Order: sequence, then C-alpha cells, then structure tokens
Amino acid sequence: MKTLYDKLWEEHHVTRLDSGESLLYIDRHYLHEVTSPQAFEGLTKKNLKPWRLDANIATPDHNVPTTRGSDFRSEQIEDEISKIQVVELDKNCNKFGIKQFDIQSTNQGIVHVIGPELGYTLPGMTIVCGDSHTSTHGALGCLAMGIGTSEVEHVLATQCLKVSKLKNMNVRFEGEVGEHVSSKDIVLYLIRQIGTAGGTGYAIEFSGSYISSISVEGRMTICNMAIEAGAKVGLIAPDEKTIDYVKSNSFLDQDIFNKAEEYWKTLKSDDDAKFDKEIIIDVSKIKPQVTWGTSPEMVMNYDEPIPTVFDTNDDNKKNVELARDYMGIENESKLSDLIFDKVFIGSCTNSRIEDLRQAAEIVKGKTVASNISEAIVVPGSGLVKEQAENEGLDKIFTDAGFVWRDPGCSMCLGMNPDQLKPYERCASTSNRNFEGRQGYLGRTHLMSPIMAAYTAINGTVGDPS
Amino acid sequence: MKSNSEGLIIDGIAAFIDRDNIDTDQIIPTEYLKSIKKFGFEDYLFDGWRYKDDGKLGITKEERDIDESFILNKKPFNESKILLARDNFGCGSSREHAVWALRDFGIKAVIASSFGDIFYNNSFKNGVLPIKLPKSEIEFLFNQTQKKVLELTINLQNKVISYGDKNIPFHVEKHLIDRIIYGLDDVDITLQEKDKIFDFEKIRIKERPWIFK
Repeated sequence: MKTLYDKLWEEHHVTRLDSGESLLYIDRHYLHEVTSPQAFEGLTKKNLKPWRLDANIATPDHNVPTTRGSDFRSEQIEDEISKIQVVELDKNCNKFGIKQFDIQSTNQGIVHVIGPELGYTLPGMTIVCGDSHTSTHGALGCLAMGIGTSEVEHVLATQCLKVSKLKNMNVRFEGEVGEHVSSKDIVLYLIRQIGTAGGTGYAIEFSGSYISSISVEGRMTICNMAIEAGAKVGLIAPDEKTIDYVKSNSFLDQDIFNKAEEYWKTLKSDDDAKFDKEIIIDVSKIKPQVTWGTSPEMVMNYDEPIPTVFDTNDDNKKNVELARDYMGIENESKLSDLIFDKVFIGSCTNSRIEDLRQAAEIVKGKTVASNISEAIVVPGSGLVKEQAENEGLDKIFTDAGFVWRDPGCSMCLGMNPDQLKPYERCASTSNRNFEGRQGYLGRTHLMSPIMAAYTAINGTVGDPS
Repeated sequence: MKSNSEGLIIDGIAAFIDRDNIDTDQIIPTEYLKSIKKFGFEDYLFDGWRYKDDGKLGITKEERDIDESFILNKKPFNESKILLARDNFGCGSSREHAVWALRDFGIKAVIASSFGDIFYNNSFKNGVLPIKLPKSEIEFLFNQTQKKVLELTINLQNKVISYGDKNIPFHVEKHLIDRIIYGLDDVDITLQEKDKIFDFEKIRIKERPWIFK
C-alpha cells in the first residue's frame, strides 16, 4: 500500500503539531557558504547550539575559484565579498564545531557530489541542505530536499524540519536508450513533457527498467533535476547497485554495515502502493536533448526546429518571444545554426567520474573548435579530480584544448570568477538556463556531457555519432 | 498570541509582470547571494530587468543605469505592495534571498496561479504572503491592469482580495497565514516539543546506529 516516500516519511515522523504540520527528524544536514551565514547568526542571537553536531557536514563550493591550485586558503580569494562568505563558513564551523571539508581539503567539492562519495549519504536517510539540488541524494533512496535559510537555522537548532506531506508521483522510465543518450537527456525529456511546474507539490519516485539499468551516478543526475520539474523531492529505491556504491565509499564497521544493509533492502514502494500520479515514458525513442530557451522546459531534440511564436499556442507565445529574444535567436531555425563561444562541463548535475569519462570518450584525439574561446572541465570534487587524473582523463581534455580546473560549482552560477560575458553562448552540463544564471546576459544551452563535449569539438550542436 | 492589526490587511497598488516561470535567479541574481546579511536586498530585486547594467553587491540604485520601462521603476508602481504574475512564480533555487528582496522592496503579497514549492514555504517565514488564484482570476486581474492602476485590498483573516465591488476569495493553510498574522517563530514553537525529539532520537540511535557514526 505504501510508497517509498510514505515509508521514509513515517520512519522519520516525530510528532504532528497543532498546526497540522509534522516534525520530521533530519538525519543529515549539509551546509555550504551561501545559505548558512544568516542561519548561524540566528542561532547565535537565540543563544542556541546545533542540536546534533555529527549530523552536519559543510564545504565551500559556490564561491570558490577553480584555478586555485593546492595550498590555497580562503583568505586568498580575490573577490572581497566572496572571500568574506567563505571565511565566514570557516569561522562558523570552527565556532560551532561542525565538520568542514574546507577549501584546502582534498575532499572539498560540490556538496551534492561529496556527500555520497564520502559515505555521508546513506539509503533511508532524511537529508536537507540550503540548496534546491539536495534532491540529488534521493538517488540513494533518501528523502532529500532543498530548504531555505530559515529552515537551515531550524534544522541546526532542532534537528527537525516542520513540513506537510507531499503527494506521490511515480515516473517509470522503460526501455533501452540509443547511442549517446544519457540520464541527462532522460530527465530533460521528462521536464519537456511535464513542464517546470509539473512536479510541484509532489515527491517523484523514479523507477522502471531504465533506472535499474543505469549507475548510481546516472540516477543522481536524474534526481538532481527533479527540482527543475518542480519537485523538491526525487527518489529511487535502493538496489544492489546502490548498496555496492555505498559499500565502496563507506566508513562504517562491517557489522553495522550488515545491519544497515538488511534495512536498506526493505526500502521500496509496495507492489500495490498508491501514487497520486503515474507517468510512463518509453526511453528508447529519446534523442539527445538540448535547451533552446530560458527555462529547462524549453528543451527539444538536438535536431528539431527551434520554436517560433508562429507555431506556439497563445498561452505560450509571450514566453517564447521573450526567450528567443534573450537567447539571441533571430533567423536561425535549428540549434546547429547557433555558434557557440564557451563550453562548461561540471556542476552538481554532471561532474562525477562517469560524466567526465563520457565526455572524454568524445573528445579523445580531437581539438576544440576555433570559435570556442574557452572550454572548461570542472570535476565535482577533489576525489573525482584525483580519479580522473589517475585515468588520464585530464590529459585527454587538455590535449584537446580544454582547461582542467579545481572542484567547485564554477560556471553553473555567477558567484565565482567562472562566468559568461554578455551575449556569450555556452554549451553547459549544468541544470538551469535562466537569464543571467551563468553571468550577466549570458546564454545557456543545457545538455549532457556527451553533447557538450561534442559541441566543444564541433563548434555547434550536432550529431555526436 | 497577539496579532498585529496592521498585519491583517494588505492594501495597495499591484505591480504586474506578465510572465510564467519567474525563477528566483530573476528575483535576485546570484551575485547578491554573497551577502551574509538578512536585510538590505531592496535595490537588487529583479536586478536583471530593473537595470541596463551589470550590478555588484554594495552598489546602490543611485549608481545604476535604470531601465525606466521596467514596471517597478515607474510611478506609482515603485511603491507597490503587491505583485501580480502568472504561473510557477519563484521556481528554481531555494535562495531565501528572493523573499528577502521582495520584502525589503516593500512587497507584502505576490499573486500568481502557482508557485515554486520552496519559495512558497520561504515566503511565510518572512511576512510575504503568496496567494494562489485560478488562472481565470489571474487573467481577469491582468486585464484590469490594462485599464487602470490596480489597487487591491487583501484581507488576511477572511482570505479575500477586494477590487472595487469584486471579491476574490483565496485559500491558504491556516498555519501558514498565522505565521504572517502573528509573526510566529518556528524554532521557538518546535523547541516546545524538545522532549519528543529527544525520545525519538534515543530510539533512532538504538535502531539505526549507522546514522549516528
């Protein structure tokens, strides 16, 4: 009768309040420098301490420069305001005793990349972070969601989140994908189908033969972008692959791990579970997806004609007109007509080792096109960077003319030196193509690592085979 | 608990932005998220649309190239207390700064046909009321904006928007609107349940010890 979300909800349900809301116990709380300073200030003002220190893990990611090299200290950040924010995280973690993988740590990275790879994200946990892409952790069978800064303070102070229950949606992806189609294409395709508000109010469970067939990393890409479909929670029932993944990163003693494993194996929706909404998608026909506009739902097959106001219904005409105008689409009818300036491979969506391997496969032995002024690869964490270097991927990228960077959120958002200049067009593996997201007046086209790598080599979007 | 009688009525001019999917990056771009303060975001609200130049945290409105055609730069909309938009307002990033920017500008209510989940939740914690209306009512209000300056009265207790003779009821969970009416602090309320949380945690440590390693 119950869905996985229902089960995780009940497992963490502390009490129902007079207001009708519930207190959910939070197992893990990730922190970064952007959404935490005001929460720590709130704690101090109320003279409170974090409820349970070992629940909290912090790392700086949004503001950190990606050209810093080793031995770089927070105080060396050039942008004065970014520096204050990163230094503030250092201070707060020291003051309250919170474990931080700081800018010098080899484990530092994007918070949603380091959590799972360091063994802090475990199946069945409730996980929150002041960042909407916290849904990523749902790929390991967690109830994970992004929260605002007031809630960051609340979780620090009470170890609980005050929430109302979401509705249940099941998205089943069935079938086998074609060549050069990855989990990024699958989730972009879903957003095209249901829109950026399609999942609002829901926890989306992803299932089906396609989900079973892909790696935990591929699943993270899908859950990561649940929020782009409007759902703050995306989750996938743990299976053997999940347990193998967790085992390979675990710091737990064997006996505790075994006990945990027994429990994790029970974490799935019942066969007769009731979902408020069910969607079945045949993935076999999905082509590589690329966004053309300023919302993730403005996405299409890489070889389709770009929508115009003439072929759009009345409700959407204005959106299409504004998006075309912002994106500098004039007479071009296809994405392949657009000339790209930059390529960004990275972000919490696509900066894990599998993403870099897929991109490197395309790039190997080729050269970045002359119209691409900068193509950067930003591994999601110190560990991903090290692994990639051990496999020689960095060499493949740099030989082709890419720049190999240090871990951070980088060009996914304009908070650090990696930004687009006005009107620059970027092939990006990140998650948001909003106006100005990658830099003032910058133009973002979201796509998979395979398609971004191909665009770097080809100079325009095209068929990677 | 005492309510603030001023908090029961929101009454003023509604600015309007005729767009779907106004994401939190538009409400406040990432540059301004570098602030470690909770206030002072008014000059950066809708920064990309309000100015013709690229801003930086600390640079004030007076130093910027203002886009006079943007609604919040036009009189009388520069003093709006209410904002009208279309579908999926506040989608995207979880940044509470988006609500802080609206609040600091003086916006006390946002009316739209739907909202991003995290934005919706953040709003109530900062005295900004998000009001969901059916698309037909949103269409009606947008039509009115073409005729004259839209002045609305929102009664929080009765949950009704009044416009001339017309009354538009809206629904919002009582516990959410109470946060605005009474200015409730969630941490204080939850800490009244301290013992229950301790008891729950004790059992959890025993049953799921791997969580606490």
